[in-house]
Amino acid sequence: MKFVDEFRDAELGQVLAGEILATVEPGRHYKIMEVCGGHTHSIYKYGIDDLLPANVELVHGPGCPVCVIPMGRVDDGIALAREPDVILTCFGDMMRIPGSDGSFLDAKAEGADIRMVYSPLDALRIARENPDRQVVFYAIGFETTAPSTALTLKRAKAEGIKNFSCMCSHVTIVPPLRALLDSPDLRLDGFIGPGHVSTVVGARPFEFISESYGKPVVVSGFEPLDVLQSIHMILSQLTEDRCTVENQYGRVVPYDGNLRALEVLSEVFELRPHFEWRGLGFISQSALRLSDAYADFDAEQRFTVPGVRVADPKACQCGEVLKGVIKPWECKVFGTACTPERPIGTCMVSPEGACAAYYNYGRFAREREVV
Amino acid sequence: MATEPAAAPPSDREEKILGIIETARSKRAKFRDEHITMSHGAGGKATQGLIEGLLVPAFASETLSAMGDAGAVSVNGLELALTTDSFVVKPIRFPGGSIGELAVNGTVNDLAMAGARPLALSLSLILEEGLPADDLRAEVDAIAAAARAAEVEIVAGDTKVVERGHADQMYLCTTGIGRRDPRAALSTSALRPGDRILVSGPIGEHGTAIMLARGDLGLDAEIESDTRSLWPAVDALLDAAGPSLRCLRDATRGGVASVLNELARASSVAMIVREADVPVSAEVAGASELLGIDPMYVANEGKLVAFVAPEAADDALAALRGVPGGEDAADIGEVKTEPPGMVLVATAFGGKRVMDQLVGDPLPRIC
Repeated sequence: MKFVDEFRDAELGQVLAGEILATVEPGRHYKIMEVCGGHTHSIYKYGIDDLLPANVELVHGPGCPVCVIPMGRVDDGIALAREPDVILTCFGDMMRIPGSDGSFLDAKAEGADIRMVYSPLDALRIARENPDRQVVFYAIGFETTAPSTALTLKRAKAEGIKNFSCMCSHVTIVPPLRALLDSPDLRLDGFIGPGHVSTVVGARPFEFISESYGKPVVVSGFEPLDVLQSIHMILSQLTEDRCTVENQYGRVVPYDGNLRALEVLSEVFELRPHFEWRGLGFISQSALRLSDAYADFDAEQRFTVPGVRVADPKACQCGEVLKGVIKPWECKVFGTACTPERPIGTCMVSPEGACAAYYNYGRFAREREVV
Repeated sequence: MATEPAAAPPSDREEKILGIIETARSKRAKFRDEHITMSHGAGGKATQGLIEGLLVPAFASETLSAMGDAGAVSVNGLELALTTDSFVVKPIRFPGGSIGELAVNGTVNDLAMAGARPLALSLSLILEEGLPADDLRAEVDAIAAAARAAEVEIVAGDTKVVERGHADQMYLCTTGIGRRDPRAALSTSALRPGDRILVSGPIGEHGTAIMLARGDLGLDAEIESDTRSLWPAVDALLDAAGPSLRCLRDATRGGVASVLNELARASSVAMIVREADVPVSAEVAGASELLGIDPMYVANEGKLVAFVAPEAADDALAALRGVPGGEDAADIGEVKTEPPGMVLVATAFGGKRVMDQLVGDPLPRIC
């Protein structure tokens, strides 16, 4: 495949792996967090872990936007979908995320009209085709997907579509990172910065990580060579005692972001005072809601949603796993109350979450060559 | 900067947790769900729970417990195989085939995978009120043509009509009977370390064709369903490898990945698949890339996976390549010892990963 295969070249991968090996200091342990779920997926899909020395550890971050949706908001979505004339639409990977009483898939099996879409524009099309039904788009994602929701809302407004609304659970990338960095027991050495989010927000918003917290950040692409190169860039910064934000994904990410997209975001959305993250708790100004100009399209205003907060189970220690303080198997509920079939926390919800990965691949996952 | 010692051997607590996981994994899958969801039909873990947790124990049949594609029946020394399958595909016509063709080939292939030469089929039609008669005629013609091509006779049938909205156009169910070939000694538990893993051609075509034919992805590509009878391929394999042919599976629902996982568990072996050697057409690779789906999990309707003892593997591969539709057959991997029950992939990029069983339907990802 053109423009793809070039970034998956195994020989170049070996060259980079060799350079990484030459860069790491023997005996020193490196913990690098990949913030974005997309990177976690690439690392898993291409077996990138396997090309790293064992003292370079990748920690899966909070950047899977479906896994961080708290149970209460899943319940709200299901309550909406159970309204008699509602069609709830959402992205595919939201379908399996458990609420306090099942997932969207379960609700669909029980008769709720929940449909998977690839784009919010598809949800708008469904609204046009079903004028006697209320179509709700359950919007999730970081700044990556928020502009497409914003554009869809703008179009709905321009066309005067009355039976379309949006339940907004869009989140923002900087606050959860700050929350992680503020925790006193954090043990991370550097960050692979989220590439897709950065196409919208740019690399500049991550400067606080290197400037105030002294951790290197490299904004990275998603092909395996991108990820390996980014890891090498972080390790080089650590070895050379440099600490800055670098942009490995320059072919797509402008350092200052996509100004047009940011403009649309600020027109359609505003920050929520606080938002709950599964596994991380409440974080101030970490999510978006519809601005007053779009209040008519806000499903939370159009319908009565329960809005009941369902606390993460006390025993769940996803926050500690995410911060790299404990390993999955050190969590009290890991493997007993919390399994991939019946997940409790965000790290088990996503098949690529640290806990799910460890559960599925345990012994295999820990066998890597030690330098 | 934090410096910690590099990865230490597992602690007692970690060992204990790994033990708990391994015990949980080795237990028979349970069926504890409150409702049937689409996952129960997707061929992954939920399907396995339904079959192993509810159906197999309820019927207590030794043949059924063997979980082959067809059951073995002996009548006065005559070795027969029996299988049944239903077809609910939507849309009923798609590039490269239709529901009628699938109904014949699907059941014929289940017999073939049991090493049985297909002899005869029964056919049940469940029709929705209001179905255009021409649609039915077209499917009946397709069934007749596929049966002729597969050299099986339709010898019994049934027709039901349900009210509008109670079925989606038409559902078909076929039951097939075949004669087990004396050259075949196939078993799901026969895999041995060193066996080679062959696929009969490019994978993922049927599932991708169907996804695109549904039209809601707005993607166009020249991808056709691969539906065809696999008996000629099995016949050629049996000629070339005979008893060295350990096991055969058609990689339908859940794709090649599900076949490999199922058999790794059944034979308590590991497998390693060389990703770079797996045949995937450029069109399927492109569509999968865009949709965020792995072709290894996508359904086929005319591809088989063959496990062959190493000494006969080259002959078996040559035989497969000599059959129409098998020109691109490939050797994609090997059976190993450790870790039992697991399928590993040597990625084209040079890493390794676990190719797990499918949990639920393959859903596209946003991130």
